[in-house]
Amino acid sequence: MGQAIAFYVIAAVILGFAVLVVTTRDTVHSVLFLVLDFLGVAALYVLLHAPFLAAIQILVYAGGIVVLYLFVVMLVNLKRPPEAHSDPHRRGKLGFWLAGAVLAELAAITALSAKLPPTAPLPAAAMPVVGNTEQVGWLLYTSYLIPFEIASMLLLVAMIGAIVLAKREL
Amino acid sequence: MITTTHYQLLSAALFIIGVAGVMVRRNIIIIFMSIELILNAVNINLIAFSDSLQNEVGQVFAIFVIAVAAAEAAVGLGIILAFYRNKETINIDEMNLMKW
Repeated sequence: MGQAIAFYVIAAVILGFAVLVVTTRDTVHSVLFLVLDFLGVAALYVLLHAPFLAAIQILVYAGGIVVLYLFVVMLVNLKRPPEAHSDPHRRGKLGFWLAGAVLAELAAITALSAKLPPTAPLPAAAMPVVGNTEQVGWLLYTSYLIPFEIASMLLLVAMIGAIVLAKREL
Repeated sequence: MITTTHYQLLSAALFIIGVAGVMVRRNIIIIFMSIELILNAVNINLIAFSDSLQNEVGQVFAIFVIAVAAAEAAVGLGIILAFYRNKETINIDEMNLMKW
């Protein structure tokens, strides 16, 4: 019961702020709503017994990525609001219809998959550690060591690429 | 009783809000934030299945998704800054240099 109340409250927060992010006129307000949305998702991770991911979500998304967005919004001077100019060939309504079609498809898949017999839990890897953070760390440094290193390489490349792109002259 | 289906429906709704934002808005910064919402919807799915199958691999993949999202935000915002410096606009309708 308590879990159901928590789920519905968090779901309302996530969806409400997500709609505000997409619809608000002011870009700075949109970024701030994005922070609240990420905090709601972090609360959902706690509900799903993933406290390590919740901490990562707050540190990386709400702390790092959003600050990056705020810097860019402040650097890009919006004297002329981008929504003022409109392309006569643009069909804005079509976007809503396409999004509605994707939603119908996803809902149909979810409803059909809910009818299937539940999958038995996979045999968990024999892990000599207990606790969420320890288990995730164990997996990252044993079975998923190579993808982990590739991800760190990707972050290094992205860092260099961002510096090169944002530099005024090389 | 909250089942995995509930989390899947929440994830689908968040995904659709992101898709609608990408297709309807003209401000490219808002479009990037909508992409972050889409990636978050994927992460919710991964972690919901990780919880229901009692397997932590889903959380490992969610960490990789977060790493890719961070890289995408850094490079994408760098491109926005470079473009704004040249063309003085962040409206995607005016970004038609490569349009045929």
